[in-house]
Amino acid sequence: MNTPVDGLRVEKVHVWRGDRHVLKGVSLTLASGQLLHVSGPNGTGKTTLLRVICGLLRPEQGNVSWRGQPISSVRGEYQAALAYASHEPALKGDLTALENLRFAVGLKRRVSPGELRASLEQTGVAACADLPARVLSAGQRRRVAMARVLAMNAPLWLLDEPFTNLDAAGTGLLMSLLQSHAQGGGSALVVAHQELAMGRDMRRLELTA
Amino acid sequence: MSVGPCEAFALVVRRELRLSFRRPDQLLQPLVFFLIVTTLFPLGLSLQLSLLRDMAPGVLWVAALLSSLLSLDSLFKSDADDGTLEQLALCGQGLTVIVVAKTFAHWLVTGLALVLVSPVVGTALGIPGSVFATMMLSLGLGTLTLSWLGAIGAGLTVGLKRGNVLLSLIVLPLAMPLLIFGAAATDRAISGVSAAGALYFLAALCVFTCTLAPFAATAALHITLE
Repeated sequence: MNTPVDGLRVEKVHVWRGDRHVLKGVSLTLASGQLLHVSGPNGTGKTTLLRVICGLLRPEQGNVSWRGQPISSVRGEYQAALAYASHEPALKGDLTALENLRFAVGLKRRVSPGELRASLEQTGVAACADLPARVLSAGQRRRVAMARVLAMNAPLWLLDEPFTNLDAAGTGLLMSLLQSHAQGGGSALVVAHQELAMGRDMRRLELTA
Repeated sequence: MSVGPCEAFALVVRRELRLSFRRPDQLLQPLVFFLIVTTLFPLGLSLQLSLLRDMAPGVLWVAALLSSLLSLDSLFKSDADDGTLEQLALCGQGLTVIVVAKTFAHWLVTGLALVLVSPVVGTALGIPGSVFATMMLSLGLGTLTLSWLGAIGAGLTVGLKRGNVLLSLIVLPLAMPLLIFGAAATDRAISGVSAAGALYFLAALCVFTCTLAPFAATAALHITLE
């Protein structure tokens, strides 16, 4: 069943960056309840692929579709359904962790401070809620960014190197969050260069140079 | 429960204002620059009030233009640098709403602030009190237009390392009509002639940029994000 109409479908995507042919006909599908690990050495276009899937970058060839429609024609609906975490945590240092979440998640859906605190609690940074993001450690910032993904309540997670700066406990936590997201019918695409001990729950796509 | 464009607009304006007030140094910088530059002129020129008054509208407008430029560079830059811009682009609201909100908030903390302190500067330059209303109205229209022109420039240069010089080169030539008609409005009001013509022209420019610049700035940002 490699043709899910309910999920994400990437078909033969080609991207050139100047003279470099970065993505050479990448195809993938991601139905609800599925997790996909995109791996590969540095410079093989993992982040580029993620940006193409988000719709931030238009591929020269190939297309990306969501629930059977090209993402360019259902942009609003698609963006409401996705939660993207780039490899920078995308937090404002002068705002507290809670304010950062409120302004980012509040653009997607109406959300109460209680819900946001709950998602900070889930990622283990509830104590940092009222601290300015600039005083947080890199790992804590990563956890706040993960709390933002959780609070968005989106069915599709697109995570770029989410394990960077996380300690062993944080890595385990993120794994379990991914598993429960998939069990709840969500899907996630995780770009990470390291091995992920997820067993059969996670498919893997290896990009090569 | 999705969020409408008006709510999104209000949320982004609140976010921008909060960020500005957390950084009072950046907030005050253009304002202090404006005050200092305009105070330098009476010190450097002869003390003849009539001469000063003749030059005042031009001095006021050039200073306003330059101090607005100071803060334009940061309009989208910090968001682009820390990855927030990508989050904003994917928030499901369309980047245009975000651009409009950010630019409006930028005008509130720079343009509107300049308008509010302009009577102080006007007094220092010998502009009669009866002209303040015209002067403030023209500055208000002018700075709003300038914020919009600046949004296009900032969108185009956001990906560059040292984009602020290029930004000035893009924005200043486009701002010349503002300088001409803005200074003319104040000048005419000082000499007791009706300033309506110049003000209408400024208002027309303001409407023109407010309608078209959001789309141009959004397109520029989309290019940068790719």
